[in-house]
Amino acid sequence: MLKTFSIGGIHPPAYKLSVQQSIQSIQPQSIVHLFISQHLGAPATPVVNKGDQVKVGQLIASASGFMSANIHASVSGTVTQIAEIEDFAGIKRMAISIQTEGDDWMEDIDRSDALNTEIKMEKAEIIARIQTAGIVGLGGATFPTHVKLSVPEGKNIDYLIINGVECEPFLTSDHQLMLEKAEEILVGTRILSKALNQPKCFIGIENNKKDAIALLQKIAAERYPEIHIVPLKMKYPQGGEKQLITAISGREVPSGGLPMDAGCVVQNVATAFAVYEAVQKNKPLVERIACVTGLQVSSPCNIRFRIGTSIDELIALAGGIPEHTGKIISGGPMMGKAVLHTSAPTNKGTSGILLLDESMSKRKLEGNCIRCGKCIAACPIGLEPYILVRYAQTKRMDDLEANHAQDCIECGCCLYSCPANIPLLDHIRLAKANVIQRIRSRKS
Amino acid sequence: MLTISPAPHAHVDTTTRRLMLDVIIAMLPALAVSIFFFGIGALAVTALSVFFCVSLEWLIQKFILKKPSSIGDLSAIVTGMLLAFNLPSNISPALILLGAVVAIGIAKMSFGGLGNNVFNPALVARVLLLISFPVQMSSWPLPIEARMHYMDAVTGATPLSLLKSGNVAGLDYAQLFFGNMGGSLGEISAFALLLGFVWLLIRKVITWHIPVTILATVLIFAGIMHACHPETYANPLFHVLSGGIVLGAVFMATDYVTSPMHPRGMVIYGIGIGMITMIIRFFGGYPEGVSFAILVMNALTPLINMYVKPRLYGAK
Repeated sequence: MLKTFSIGGIHPPAYKLSVQQSIQSIQPQSIVHLFISQHLGAPATPVVNKGDQVKVGQLIASASGFMSANIHASVSGTVTQIAEIEDFAGIKRMAISIQTEGDDWMEDIDRSDALNTEIKMEKAEIIARIQTAGIVGLGGATFPTHVKLSVPEGKNIDYLIINGVECEPFLTSDHQLMLEKAEEILVGTRILSKALNQPKCFIGIENNKKDAIALLQKIAAERYPEIHIVPLKMKYPQGGEKQLITAISGREVPSGGLPMDAGCVVQNVATAFAVYEAVQKNKPLVERIACVTGLQVSSPCNIRFRIGTSIDELIALAGGIPEHTGKIISGGPMMGKAVLHTSAPTNKGTSGILLLDESMSKRKLEGNCIRCGKCIAACPIGLEPYILVRYAQTKRMDDLEANHAQDCIECGCCLYSCPANIPLLDHIRLAKANVIQRIRSRKS
Repeated sequence: MLTISPAPHAHVDTTTRRLMLDVIIAMLPALAVSIFFFGIGALAVTALSVFFCVSLEWLIQKFILKKPSSIGDLSAIVTGMLLAFNLPSNISPALILLGAVVAIGIAKMSFGGLGNNVFNPALVARVLLLISFPVQMSSWPLPIEARMHYMDAVTGATPLSLLKSGNVAGLDYAQLFFGNMGGSLGEISAFALLLGFVWLLIRKVITWHIPVTILATVLIFAGIMHACHPETYANPLFHVLSGGIVLGAVFMATDYVTSPMHPRGMVIYGIGIGMITMIIRFFGGYPEGVSFAILVMNALTPLINMYVKPRLYGAK
């Protein structure tokens, strides 16, 4: 029996169209825009000025405090402006724009492909290097990685779990990365493990990626015996931190707590690879991999791109925007965000660009709740979405809090399952924000 | 123009309409058996009941509530078929119309339409007719012999009414299983109803919890009574195969709107229905008690939903 999480979950069609497409690299375009906030936490503070010359990998915005992350130039050239521009959702945010001139990297970055398996750094050095390199969770949440690795006194980490689940339909970049950079990921895992005082190490991968499982198992058995590769039964949202922890360790993160409270740290495979590059190659986070996909897309593909490259350029490599495209999503169909401007830049969290046909773009007409219970059966947290919606509509804050609206992980299982097309998650997301605000104001 | 909306951007194919269609498909074997045994009467009652229910819902939406038509969700057809399944095949069109008015007009639409009703509409109608017109509601056309007749069909007893009068010798369980007995037109064939149950399970319209707990409760309760007093209380298998237990368990009690939403709540609800049914059959004045049992548990459903919660992830 393959492992999986126990509460709820759904089985949407996988549509892994860009599977086994080798990663193509695209060259930096004429201008890139780098937002000073590409992570959870405080926006970084620009440390360059308009007109400055920068190299690839040069720090251009420095983390503002611990819960923040450094931003590095992803291209070499001239800083043309530091101003507010619209992100893909149409929200104005501060960005540093760089006019590309050549491809001139910082000298201390090792750009060779040579595998470096020897870990020379000690724990504190590793965490400091990861922090300097501006690494954030690349699964999409963009949580600063050094924060997850800084375990407070008295807390013990028993499990390091590397997330190779990629349970979102359509997305394939993690899968392809595991196939192309398997050993680098294992070294990255070993580095993370060292930073956490050698907990048990697991890489969880859903069973639809049998080739990646076999490859990693083979290399791990030969040279990384302490890392266990765990095939998992397919179920969405297994890539969710809480669900993956339960699937692998059997533990549960306490309500309102962090994975750390269950003795677990979860990192994405792409993050593990970025950690490898930062620690072994001194390379900051200036590029990442995403897939461009969709049922009508002419050549779905996996692309390594410099962060800040426009979404348009990525789509162009996959054959352009097909006719009758009704919606473009940054991320997967379950948790991704709808794109308003394709001219907007990508960021550290861009894990995929999904183009949906008009027929799949619009919400269907909302009907009456028939109390079928499908939302309850689907919720991986054990919430009752139908009743949370009623409470949200009538602003019953006490009931929302007592029924744990604040624990919602916004995976979308409830809305996906609803036969009456009730926008359950829209209501719950708003209620969750209000409840969290209320809890915070009570504490202060 | 690109559409902008919050996640998720994917949606399951299942719609309310599709779920209702699956319920209708699941009822077809039972309807076929009924037409086989009761002939034109079964056909006429079902057709009239569906016609009345759908028309009434349409009229109420259009002229009283002044809202867009809701008959497209097919739930009125389901109610119509279930109402017919709970009636004898020789019942007069006037009573069917009265049943439809009660089911759609009172039990469903006056509560706010699909999803808002407390009680199963078809059962409210059946119970009202049973109490108001006991003679018409308990004269049962004889299977096969009644085939070519509607209101003028020859009538006889049901196995359960024979049981109340203490005369069940000579009944063949295989005949009961396939539906060769008197009764409401949809309840006779446990076999056909179980086929429908399998379809509902395959299509994931319902889970096993409610039907299985009802049937298990009936078997266990009746089994204990039979073991203690075999001469007074009938064999448990007889109780399951005769009357409306299987129809109630598979189609009436599993109505989404009026049954609990969480599996543990469903089990409590199922046990309640099984127990109340058997208490009525053993000790009550009516030979059959499934309808009353389901309505009582319908009333308790909001309470069950309030107290039986799913297990919360990471709860302390």
